[in-house]
Amino acid sequence: MSTVTDPLKQWENQEYKYGFVTDIESETVPPGLNEDVIRMISAKKNEPAWLTEWRLKAYRHWQKMEQPDWHNVNIAPIDYQAISYYSAPKSKKDGPKSLDEVDPKLLETYEKLGIPLHERAALAGVAVDAVFDSVSVATTFKDKLHKLGIIFCSFSEAVREHPELVRKYLGSVVPYSDNFFATLNSAVFSDGSFVYIPKGVQCPMELSTYFRINAAQTGQFERTLIIADEGAQVSYLEGCTAPMRDENQLHAAVVELVALDDAKIKYSTIQNWYPGDENGVGGIYNFVTKRGKCQGRNSHISWTQVETGSSITWKYPSCILIGDNSVGEFYSVALTNKRQQADTGTKMIHIGKNTRSYIISKGISAGQGQNTYRGQVRINKGAENARNFTQCDSMLIGDKCGAHTFPYIEVKNSTAHMEHEATTSKIGEDQMFYCNQRGIDTEDAVGMIVNGFCKEVFRELPMEFAVEAQKLLEVSLEGSVG
Amino acid sequence: MSVAIESNHYEQAFAAAGLDQGPAWLTALRQTGLAAFAAVGFPTTQHEDWRYTSLGNIPKTPFRPAETASVDASVLEPVLFDDDRVDRLVFVNGHYDQKLSRIDQLPAGVVVQSLADAIAADLPLLAAHLGQHARLDGHPFAALATAFVRDGVVVHVPKGVALERPVHVIHVSRPGAEPALVCPRLLLVAEESSQAMLVETFLGTDRGPHLVAPVAEIVAGENAFVDHYRVQHESLETGFFGLLRIQQARSSNVQSHLLNFGGAVVRNEIAAHLAGEGGNCDLYGLFMPTGTQHMDNHLRVEHEAPHCDSREFFKGILDEKGTGVFTGRIYVHKPAQKTDAKQSNMNLLLSPDAQIDTKPQLEIFADDVKCTHGATIGQMDEDALFYLRARGVDARSARSLLVYAFASETVEQVSHPALRTLLHEAIITRLPHGVDLKELV
Repeated sequence: MSTVTDPLKQWENQEYKYGFVTDIESETVPPGLNEDVIRMISAKKNEPAWLTEWRLKAYRHWQKMEQPDWHNVNIAPIDYQAISYYSAPKSKKDGPKSLDEVDPKLLETYEKLGIPLHERAALAGVAVDAVFDSVSVATTFKDKLHKLGIIFCSFSEAVREHPELVRKYLGSVVPYSDNFFATLNSAVFSDGSFVYIPKGVQCPMELSTYFRINAAQTGQFERTLIIADEGAQVSYLEGCTAPMRDENQLHAAVVELVALDDAKIKYSTIQNWYPGDENGVGGIYNFVTKRGKCQGRNSHISWTQVETGSSITWKYPSCILIGDNSVGEFYSVALTNKRQQADTGTKMIHIGKNTRSYIISKGISAGQGQNTYRGQVRINKGAENARNFTQCDSMLIGDKCGAHTFPYIEVKNSTAHMEHEATTSKIGEDQMFYCNQRGIDTEDAVGMIVNGFCKEVFRELPMEFAVEAQKLLEVSLEGSVG
Repeated sequence: MSVAIESNHYEQAFAAAGLDQGPAWLTALRQTGLAAFAAVGFPTTQHEDWRYTSLGNIPKTPFRPAETASVDASVLEPVLFDDDRVDRLVFVNGHYDQKLSRIDQLPAGVVVQSLADAIAADLPLLAAHLGQHARLDGHPFAALATAFVRDGVVVHVPKGVALERPVHVIHVSRPGAEPALVCPRLLLVAEESSQAMLVETFLGTDRGPHLVAPVAEIVAGENAFVDHYRVQHESLETGFFGLLRIQQARSSNVQSHLLNFGGAVVRNEIAAHLAGEGGNCDLYGLFMPTGTQHMDNHLRVEHEAPHCDSREFFKGILDEKGTGVFTGRIYVHKPAQKTDAKQSNMNLLLSPDAQIDTKPQLEIFADDVKCTHGATIGQMDEDALFYLRARGVDARSARSLLVYAFASETVEQVSHPALRTLLHEAIITRLPHGVDLKELV
């Protein structure tokens, strides 16, 4: 089934560079959600009985839950029965084994997005597990990783090939009953990425995934699970663009990270989904649960995110610091323009001794955007000598936007050291004057100043992402200064 | 209290206390309060604003309006300052005690009297201001207090008058065996270009279940200056839930100081509205829970007009199993350009069982503003301790001295010298091994 949007609409909204729809046949289940739909999703993917049962358990729990309303965003009511919960590009029965087998139209889509899969893989040394809607269509560099014992594959494949690992870790960080959207995801998750780095192995390349939401009315329910065994290290990149839609599309992903003794996981995100137009029509609802568990001693989890897209972003990449001496980090840039809304931040739960966490959050509001930082730092009773530093800065561009800060700091141990700082400001007139005077026009100057404001976060991004992120900010800010 | 409380206990108590009698505007106000309380009841930790404060047995205890009692004048001794030059109003269990009170000759047009007297005299100021500023939704204890309002203090300073003598309001709690409810009210109206200083002291004498819910409304006219203090020394069985509502006109300046020492479960809510251009609002606070005390500070400053400044400066010192909460919210409305708002909450944890939850929050809808907030939680600086030890100060005293230095910063802002000295002493007495400290300071 495929849908073509009104070509006129596309013309009107052409400023969004990546807004196009690939016309390929996809296999979509009719809208609606019940136990049969879940059984069907599970059956289509040939899942073992325990997983089907796990999904059903989540679904039954979800039915008892209500959509939370404590956030600081306006959400139009979501009709969960109007969403189609499964969509897979129709291709050869057993799935493609190499790039040649991939539907050429899909590859074309990636070309338009500027991700020539083969080239990029070869040139940049990046193994891309491209997720087109819900099913992985191509996985590269698999062999190279395989030699090191690294498992990097689609979630469905992991369920087939490594059921023991999936069963052990699935839901161990974000349990099926965690929250409304995570529970929904647990019931209907379609596909995603699975990474396992064995003991003592340092992953030789950045792992990355591209997500695209394509088929109309298809909520995308990704499930990512990354496990770094003792002494392992991995850096994972996630970047997103989505085609233009007039209806809000729900994206409720779950990402789980597990770091054992001395392991290190770095997870970077660039999120640039369709933000909706000036009037707030369309755009993606991005309600994501991301959580990492520093289970082992001296483990380290670092989240870096650049959030420029989506009409509503609602996510809190978190770290549970269980192992002694473990470290959690969170670096974030969130930009809201037009009528975008973001309620984002992090949670750092200190449980082990000598645990440390570090939070840098930069919020930029322009147009009529509303930007909220909400973060929790919790130091439990047993967390001796825990340390936290938090800095959240907001910048306002224009007089119709808003910036909000809601930190929650809970300390139950007297040896804790924690600091929280927040500032809100606008671009100084003197800064603008200085730039203008040197022949830099206002729009470029804003881009420059904003990039400077975000430097601390961009520094944490892998090289090619950092360049992309800077460009993205400049593009996203276009038209915000009069 | 194992006695089961009836679901309409407060409606019954309301009728029994004869609070449906009185001027029409007053009974209407009480009814509004009763209805507002009945609609929401006691808050639970499920409520976002009450997340960290559990009321324990309070909702299950059948509190009734407190009876009057007599106390000896000597009870007041420890909280008096510069007594000859201060006007004093004393309330026992919320009832005005004329014998212990002393009001000197007041400047022309100034009103300083008990609320009950003002109601009897039908003071026109009351209908215009009493209960007109404090919002009841979101403040269930203020709603309860409004339902049971009977006595308190009314201060009215007319245009251009500076009240030379500070007004000291002392609330003495003398609970009997029955759980008692006390709802002291304060209405302070400072007209254009006037000045006033008012100190509220809450003093618990005996033990006994007691619920104190003071509601204060401070209205500062254009260019007025108000200096307000609330010093709380309630007994360790008291639930204390206060609301302070500040309404500020153009270029007015209000300073408020909250010092919390006593009480079992304590919560102070402040809602300040900067409604006129160029207003200034400074809120200082110190909370020192120890034992199993719980102290919650809930602040909200609304910047509604341009060019206003606000400061929130709260310090917590938490010992033994004491727990503390700080929630500060600066809300900058769209027209409030050139706002300068600062918020700071610093906490010192002295014991492994102490706990602090802090939520410094900013909500900003104007773009040309300067807003910052900061929160720190830490322990004693080991280097500073070492410095003192190296100079022959023993460990215990050195520790006390550093805590004192941390705490006394909040009191430095007190402009009245005698009151400042009194508050310094209150801090010292409160500190572990404070006696040793007296010699050092």
